Amino acid sequence: MSIPIIDSGQTPDVLGEGPAAPSVQGGRARLVWRRFRRNRLAMVGLVGLVLLFVFAFAGGHLTHWGPADNDFLNTQTGPSSDHFFGTDDAGHDMFAQTVSGMQKSLIIGLFVAALSTGTAGLLGTAAAYFGGWWDRAIVWLTDLFLVVPSLLMLIILSPYFQGSNWIILIPMIALFNWMITSRVVRGMTLTVREREFVRAARYMGVPSWTIIRRHILPNISSILIVDFTLNVGAAIITESFLSFLGFGIRTPDVSLGTVIDDGSNFASTDQWYLFVFPASFLVLLILCVNFMGDGLRDALDPNSTGGSAR
Amino acid sequence: MGAFIVRRLLNYVVLVFIATSLAYLGAATAFHPKDQYLAKNPPTPAAVMYQELNERNGNPEKPVFERYAKWVDGVAHGDFGKTWQLDSVKKHFSISVWVTVRLVTVAAVLSAILGVLIGSFQAVRQYKFSDHSITFASYLIFAMPVFVLAPFLKLIAVQVNKAVGGDKPLLQYQGEIDPNATGFFGQLFSRADHLLLPTISLSLGLIAFYSRYQRGTMLDVMGSDFLRTARAKGLRKGRAILKHGVRTAVIPVMTLVTYSTITTFAGAIITERVFGWNGLGSWFTDSTRHADVNSVAMITLFSAVLVLIAGMLSDVITAVLDPRVRL
Repeated sequence: MSIPIIDSGQTPDVLGEGPAAPSVQGGRARLVWRRFRRNRLAMVGLVGLVLLFVFAFAGGHLTHWGPADNDFLNTQTGPSSDHFFGTDDAGHDMFAQTVSGMQKSLIIGLFVAALSTGTAGLLGTAAAYFGGWWDRAIVWLTDLFLVVPSLLMLIILSPYFQGSNWIILIPMIALFNWMITSRVVRGMTLTVREREFVRAARYMGVPSWTIIRRHILPNISSILIVDFTLNVGAAIITESFLSFLGFGIRTPDVSLGTVIDDGSNFASTDQWYLFVFPASFLVLLILCVNFMGDGLRDALDPNSTGGSAR
Repeated sequence: MGAFIVRRLLNYVVLVFIATSLAYLGAATAFHPKDQYLAKNPPTPAAVMYQELNERNGNPEKPVFERYAKWVDGVAHGDFGKTWQLDSVKKHFSISVWVTVRLVTVAAVLSAILGVLIGSFQAVRQYKFSDHSITFASYLIFAMPVFVLAPFLKLIAVQVNKAVGGDKPLLQYQGEIDPNATGFFGQLFSRADHLLLPTISLSLGLIAFYSRYQRGTMLDVMGSDFLRTARAKGLRKGRAILKHGVRTAVIPVMTLVTYSTITTFAGAIITERVFGWNGLGSWFTDSTRHADVNSVAMITLFSAVLVLIAGMLSDVITAVLDPRVRL
C-alpha cells in the first residue's frame, strides 16, 4: 500500500495541510473512492454486484417462462434453448426461478441490512451517549438477544409469518441481527463522546440528538457502512437458510433458498446441474458482497488490520 | 473476585431464564397442536385429542400463562414434559444429544487445530502465493453457506463413487452407520466413512473463520520484541514461532473457538438434515413441524445454557493462557 496521506480521514481540516492539500478539495468521499478503486478485489465485487442486480431485475425478460409456470411437457429436463437451466420435477423453469428468487433475496438482504444497521446505530450511540440507566438497559437487552439463539427463535416464530406476506421476514430477521454491531458502535461512541469537539458542543448547549447526528454519527460512519454491506450478505444467507428448511418463503413465492432446496434434491442424481446453477448464483452474490465490504473497510479505515472474519 | 463471579453468573442465569421463557411463550402462541390433530385423516376422537393435548400441556383452551406456569414448575422439578409422540422429552433429549456430540466433536477439534495452524502459516508467509491462495479459498468458503456446501459434497461423493465403481459405494452420505457392518473394525470403518462428509461440511467454514482471525493476531505478534528476543537467545525459527508466537496469538482466537464450537451444537441443523443424522437439529425442525412446544423449549434451553457456558469458559481459558489477566 502507498503511504496514507491522511491517517484516518476523519479530521481532514486539521491534518489536511501539506502535500495532501490539493486532493482534499474533493473531500473524504473522493479519497475513499480512490482507495477503493485501487483495490482490485473490491472493484470486482462492485462490478459483479451491479451485474447481478441487473441480472436479477432484467433477466426475467430473457425467457418467456415465469417462476410459477409449469411446463408439463418438459419435466426434469437438462439445459436447453427454451429452459436455460433446465426444469425440475414439477416442470418449473429453473432459470426463471433463479432470477425471481435472486430478486427477492436481494430485496430482503438490502432492507434487513438497512433496518438492523440502523437499529444498531441508534441503540449503540444512545446507550453510550446518554449513559446511566439508558446504557444499562440497552446493554442488558443486547446481552439478552445474544443469549437467545437467533436461528432457533426465527424457526420457532415461523408459523407467524407463514400465512402472511413475505415482507414480514424483513423485520423478523433484522430483529435478531443487530446486537454485535450495536456493541461495537457503543464502544466507538464511548471514545468519541469524550473528544473535545463533542464536549464543546455539549457545553454550548447543542441538543443531544443534534450532537449525535452531527458529531458522533459521522465519526462512526465507517463501521456503519461496512456493517451494512456485510449485513446484506448475512441477511441473504439467513433468509435462504430459513427457506431451505421450509420455514421462510413459501410457494408460490420463491427465493434463492427455496430454489436451492428444490435443486438440492437432485444433487445426488444425474441432474446435479439443477442444484449447481442456483447455488452458484448465491455463492457469487455473497462473494461479491464480501469483497465489496472488505474493500470498503480498507478504504474507509486503512489502519485497521486483519482481525476481520469475513 | 468471588462477588464478581457470582454476580456475573447470576446475571447469566437470569438471561437464560428469560431467553427460554421467551422461546416457550413464542412457541406456545405460534404453534397450533390442535389444528394438527384436526387435520389428521381419519380424525382423532375429540376426547382422545383433548386427553393427549392435556398430557402434552398444550391444550389451547387453557390460557398460555397457565401452561407456562405448569411448564416452569415441571422444569424446576426435572420434568420437561412430553413430545408430540407422547415420549418423555428428557429421554428423547438424552438420545439426540449424543448423536449430535458424535457428529460435532471431531469437526470441532479438527477445525480448531487446523484453523490455528493454517492461520499461523499464512501469517509467517504473509503476501506469498500460499497466503493469497488460502485467503481466496476462505473467501470462497465464506460465500458457501452450509446448505450449499453440504449438498455439494453429496454431489461430489456420488460422482466419486461412480468413478471408483465397485459393488459397494466408497463414500457414504446417509445416516450414522451401515446397519450391515459387522465386527469391531467393520463398524468403526463404517462410522468413520459416514462421518467424513458431515465433518467436512461442518469444519470448512470454521477453519476459514479461525484461520482468518489467527492470521490477524499472528501478524501483530510477528513483529514483536519478545519474538526477536527468543530468536536472539538461539531458538530455532520454527520453535520460537510455535512456543512464543502461536501461543500468544492464539489467546484471542480461543474465545472465538469456544463460542463457535458450542454454537455448532445447535447449528448443525442443516448438516444433520442433509446427511440424515437424527440429532438435536433434526429433532428441532421435526418438533416445529409437529407443533411440539416442549421439545422446542428444551432445545432452546440447552443452547442458551451452552452459550452461558461458552461465556464462562472463554473467560477461564483467557485467564489460563494470558498471564496478564488477573480475575
